[in-house]
Amino acid sequence: MNTKSEGAYQKVVTARGGHRPMGGYYINRMIDNFIEFHGDRRFGDDAAIIGGIGFLRNKPVTVIGMERGDTMEERMRRNFGCPTPEGYRKALRLMKEAEKFKRPIICFIGSSGAYCGIDAEKRGQGEAIAENLYEMMGLKTPIISVIVGEGGSGGALALGVCDTAVMLENSVYSVISPEGCASILWKDSSKAPEAAEALHLTAQDLYRFKVIDKIIEEGSKSNEEICSDLKSFIIEEIENKSKLPTDDLLKLRYKKFRKIGVCG
Amino acid sequence: MWGRIMFNLFKNDKENKIENITCKKCGAETPSDALRENLMICPECGAYMRMGAKDRLNMVIDKGSFKELDKNIKSVDPLSFPGYAEKLDAAKKNSGLIEGVVCGEAKIDGIKCAVFAMDSGFMMGSMGSAVGEKITRLFESATKSKLPVIGFITSGGARMQEGIYSLMQMAKVSGAVRRHADAGNLYTAVLTDPTTGGITASFAMQGDIIIAEPNALIGFAGARVIEQTTGEKLPEGFQRAEFLLEHGFIDLIEDRRRLKYTLSNILKLHTKGW
Ligand SMILES: [Zn+2]
Repeated sequence: MNTKSEGAYQKVVTARGGHRPMGGYYINRMIDNFIEFHGDRRFGDDAAIIGGIGFLRNKPVTVIGMERGDTMEERMRRNFGCPTPEGYRKALRLMKEAEKFKRPIICFIGSSGAYCGIDAEKRGQGEAIAENLYEMMGLKTPIISVIVGEGGSGGALALGVCDTAVMLENSVYSVISPEGCASILWKDSSKAPEAAEALHLTAQDLYRFKVIDKIIEEGSKSNEEICSDLKSFIIEEIENKSKLPTDDLLKLRYKKFRKIGVCG
Repeated sequence: MWGRIMFNLFKNDKENKIENITCKKCGAETPSDALRENLMICPECGAYMRMGAKDRLNMVIDKGSFKELDKNIKSVDPLSFPGYAEKLDAAKKNSGLIEGVVCGEAKIDGIKCAVFAMDSGFMMGSMGSAVGEKITRLFESATKSKLPVIGFITSGGARMQEGIYSLMQMAKVSGAVRRHADAGNLYTAVLTDPTTGGITASFAMQGDIIIAEPNALIGFAGARVIEQTTGEKLPEGFQRAEFLLEHGFIDLIEDRRRLKYTLSNILKLHTKGW
């Protein structure tokens, strides 16, 4: 039992790993002629979310990626990868532009969660996420979401309403952080490993629950190899989804989430 | 400690025994029946106390007009999460409900609508698969029958004991709200104390019209968590209804005693066209 606990928590540790590539890496490596676009045209620009357009192989796509940065300085600037309402609003603005030009959307998700602060609340962190869920449900273009690191709750889901949900083998996706869960349940955040186990947050769990559609194996592969496998899969998926009439695409997207849940 | 009273129509009088309720704000003790008569507003200081789902519905809908839907959908324990089964049992006892939301069709001043009311007495109104499923079904059936939806919201957020299933309910319900809206139907959200976390980040903020009760706590991140992570001192009235109104996130704050009138007025304004 104990080793199993360490198993789930080990994934959390790996998913958060300081050197693990986040959105920025995948965008740079996968997308040609990338142009980054800034700002939500409402209030500001959030460096925790990178968004823009570029070519995937030789076709245009819109890409949105969460990024926490490498150096301490960059991490401060990017709020350690925790998006503010401006980040979600920028993402939505770019996704709507993608819809207008019938361009598929790729989202890379990796963040401990939406930024938690007074200003974020003042500017409607909850509303920003809610708006993305609502709008993404109706966006008339294929959306592929990939969890590359830690998929932290609503802040991750805000880029996670999609037609195909992918997770890297060692990524996690959870309703609450194991630390948060442990401190609420047992008033002891050091019990995070037990909480991680109880939450069933690994890519393998989520695949089993049919919450995600695909796991990209990491094994002992290099980042470059993982990125290349991911790229092939994304291209294949976009090709599949692009063949669908828009009505079918949206119906299937609705159904994909509609069927999730277990009740009596 | 302020025990939550069970005002459940489906209970007989013996179970509905009268006790004194202490106001958390002013300390005044009021018998539960009198307090209930006063819509759970403290007669001494005017503080709003939390209302159960059934009381909430009775406060606004026409007498005898309620037809409950999907009343047998209930939570299971899909992850065998430590302590969840016991918490569900306790929640059922505490709230007199079998799940944290009551859904159905009703009339308000004779106008038919679909309604849901969450109950903070049931695991803090948290949303697991069953709550998500019930609300989704309500929006789906309202879309089919072209009914406006009124939702009385109170929730601590997603129910972590159901792990990823509970997170995904946010997307699921959002999809149903979207379809209801695309078909040209009205959704009015009434935010009551407290409305937080994943609920604020989904259907609480997706109403065509968003009403809040005075002083209701409404936010995404928990105030204590914000204080701990940022070290900032929270401003006076932070995350209260008045704070959200000031920052432009809700349409209006309405007195509980005027809520029925306002909802009825909104419904009328959306039915009578030129
Ligand atoms: Zn009082």
